[in-house]
Amino acid sequence: MSLNVHFHSYDAVIVGAGGAGLRAAIEVSGKCRTAVLTKLYPTRSHTGAAQGGMCAALANVEEDYWEWHAFDTVKGSDYLGDQPAIDVMCQEAIDAVIDLEHFGLAFSRTAEGKIDQRRFGGHTRNHGEAPVRRSCYAADRTGHMILQTLYQQCVARDVTFFNEYQVFDVLFEGEGVERRCAGVVAYELATGDLHVFASKGVLFATGGYGKMFRISSNAHTLTGDGPGVLFQNGLPMEDLEFYQFHPTGIYGLGILLTEGARGEGGILRNGLGERFMERVAPTVKDLAPRDMVSRAIHAEIKEGRGAGPDKDYVYLDLTHLPPEQIDAKLPDITGFVRTYLGIEPKTDPIPIQPTAHYAMGGIPTNIHGEVVIDTNNTVMPGLYAAGECACVSVHGANRLGTNSLLDIVVFGRRGGRAMAEYVNTVDHPNITKSAADKVRDHIERVKSSNGGEKVAELRTTLQETMTRNASVVRTEESLQEAKVTIDDLRKRYESISIDDKGTIFNSDLTEALELSHLLDLANGLVMGALARQESRGAHWRDDFPTRNDVTWMKHTFAYQDKDGNVTLKYKDVIGGKYQPMERKY
Amino acid sequence: MATTASKRDVVDAMKLLTVHLRIKRYNPEVDKRPHWQHFEVQAKAADTVLNVLHTIKWTVDGTLSFRRSCAHGVCGSDAMVINGENKLSCVNLISDVGTDLVIEPIRGLPVIKDLIVDMEPFFAQYRSVIPYLIADDNPGYKERYQSQEERARYDDTTKCILCACCTTSCPVYWANSEYIGPAAIINAHRFIFDSRDDAAEKRLDILNQKSGVWRCRTSFNCTEACPRGIKVTQAIEEVKRAILYDRI
Repeated sequence: MSLNVHFHSYDAVIVGAGGAGLRAAIEVSGKCRTAVLTKLYPTRSHTGAAQGGMCAALANVEEDYWEWHAFDTVKGSDYLGDQPAIDVMCQEAIDAVIDLEHFGLAFSRTAEGKIDQRRFGGHTRNHGEAPVRRSCYAADRTGHMILQTLYQQCVARDVTFFNEYQVFDVLFEGEGVERRCAGVVAYELATGDLHVFASKGVLFATGGYGKMFRISSNAHTLTGDGPGVLFQNGLPMEDLEFYQFHPTGIYGLGILLTEGARGEGGILRNGLGERFMERVAPTVKDLAPRDMVSRAIHAEIKEGRGAGPDKDYVYLDLTHLPPEQIDAKLPDITGFVRTYLGIEPKTDPIPIQPTAHYAMGGIPTNIHGEVVIDTNNTVMPGLYAAGECACVSVHGANRLGTNSLLDIVVFGRRGGRAMAEYVNTVDHPNITKSAADKVRDHIERVKSSNGGEKVAELRTTLQETMTRNASVVRTEESLQEAKVTIDDLRKRYESISIDDKGTIFNSDLTEALELSHLLDLANGLVMGALARQESRGAHWRDDFPTRNDVTWMKHTFAYQDKDGNVTLKYKDVIGGKYQPMERKY
Repeated sequence: MATTASKRDVVDAMKLLTVHLRIKRYNPEVDKRPHWQHFEVQAKAADTVLNVLHTIKWTVDGTLSFRRSCAHGVCGSDAMVINGENKLSCVNLISDVGTDLVIEPIRGLPVIKDLIVDMEPFFAQYRSVIPYLIADDNPGYKERYQSQEERARYDDTTKCILCACCTTSCPVYWANSEYIGPAAIINAHRFIFDSRDDAAEKRLDILNQKSGVWRCRTSFNCTEACPRGIKVTQAIEEVKRAILYDRI
């Protein structure tokens, strides 16, 4: 058995075709020879599942300033976000929305015909006074509209796509300060052939890794391939322990119900019918940031005030909203509830529980989307990342709702622009014939193995332990339990075998390779969480329930060595005009 | 706060049922022609068809191949023929479709393996209708205004997820793959009726060709198949009228 290997040469390669990848492609196209690689079709990307909106201080419906947005983002990040990066994002948010409107995005409109804006968790007027209408949206399918619009613009620009090409390795050349990114190795799903893409620039935009959790809003395909490939090549991952759990996932399934539902007036209630967020966040109530709401739900359930036969969920109540408002503003999510729970949200409250949603951490970058490889911010030339797979860090310890759609368009654009400039200043990399050997060996090893361990079983065990032990609330004990399980799974991974030995659309094989990414990233996440003996944003330690700004105002850099062992280093948070204070809402 | 009778019974939803599936299999590396394979698995009434396919793939036969991603009906990866009708496997529960399932790949596109078809012809047809905004004005550095009525005019067709359920349910498309198909027309409609767009005539010219809207025989299969509830046939009719009466 020998796999066919094909060689391609480009100036710029973008890996991933969700919002960040497509926005980067729009920026790069026409400036240099560009290829976009995606393991799906572009329009299948999970940007399309984003619902609520994209914040920008347009002030279309009430007074607002980008500085207020920046303050909210810094406070929402529990002071782990880097303030210069947050300033960039909130300032450029306004251009980014106008860009999208010019690209044809079908925003919902005000009576005057302006882009309409609505409330969202953690977004406030004048530094926390009251909720503000900042989120630009298109009903409850804003992500779908962004994905479609960006893909349409790529069609308009005749961008070259390699659909259903999955990247399993990244290439470098040179040593020391000469070292630079030289391309990627991709596996063509339709044929099983390998493709070496020699490229001066590579931008990763592969999204998150929420499939390491059992209850998750993420697509099956969100397996952290970009971060996984880089982590396995010795590059650091930043702040992996900060993982967001969205408060309102459909009970038992984790399917997302937008925070926009609460922006439209929806209320969270416990099993006794009490509006418990009034106790937790007296000013903004149900529109508190996600980390706080998820913890509040966890507390209600733990203290016996949950709903249902096992008292293990709470309700999202929309029954007091006018039916026509629900139809106009929340058509999709109410449809999900009818489909999966058989409930009519206009008359019945919806059972919900927190669901694994978003990785604040990921591939460390600077504000130009350039990947940095150490705590001194040394740039790896030619390597870029944007979107959820990246960590700029604008979200710090907790991302505010809507800031992910903002992140992908702002930093997709920035990363694309920086890459287009860079590739015009350097020579083509030299790729050897053996560039694909590592991936080929891994594939052949998995295909020829008779080990007997099953990918699905290992993955389910990982998901169970992560949801039980490393989610909304963590302790030393729970994290150690997760660590023991992950160590065992990583050993067992060496003996996996698959049924499908073929070459055409062998998803048995690709799921096996994806699992290695999930396992390594979960290990990094748990190691970072064990070390961080404080509670900050989405990382809550019951055994260290306060934020410790003296010791822990710093980003984690996790490195994995060739034997799979992780070491942790730290980098100070970059501050700005907002000094850390207690987070009250 | 009590839940009402409209909620599915929790006990029934969780009870294990035996699901019988006949799946049309084809692996070009092994098979000369497609064949049917029978599977029997346990599932809950609240499980989706996709859950059941995963149960087969993950516990019975890892070679079973199908596309999927988001698993809640927004990515459009998993269109297939379930008991004769085009559906997304992830939004159809066993309680909706029953425990005897016949599953085949969508029709009218070349089958590559099992439930996976070649989507390229479909996307080529999509690309052929100029599916992006062309605006002649220069709005400068500010947003264009659009009234709520103007925005509502094309709202329905913005919902399309390009799953191909409509196009591959169309008898005309099965017989003649030159026909541009409902999905491409939907995506043209989305811009033809967008007040900001200035290229409606170009798109109407494309759709006025013999591979265009006049192939439609108004069978309504497309509307019935659309998992997003788009009034596909109505949109096609609106395009036809726009061509005939020069009215947008």
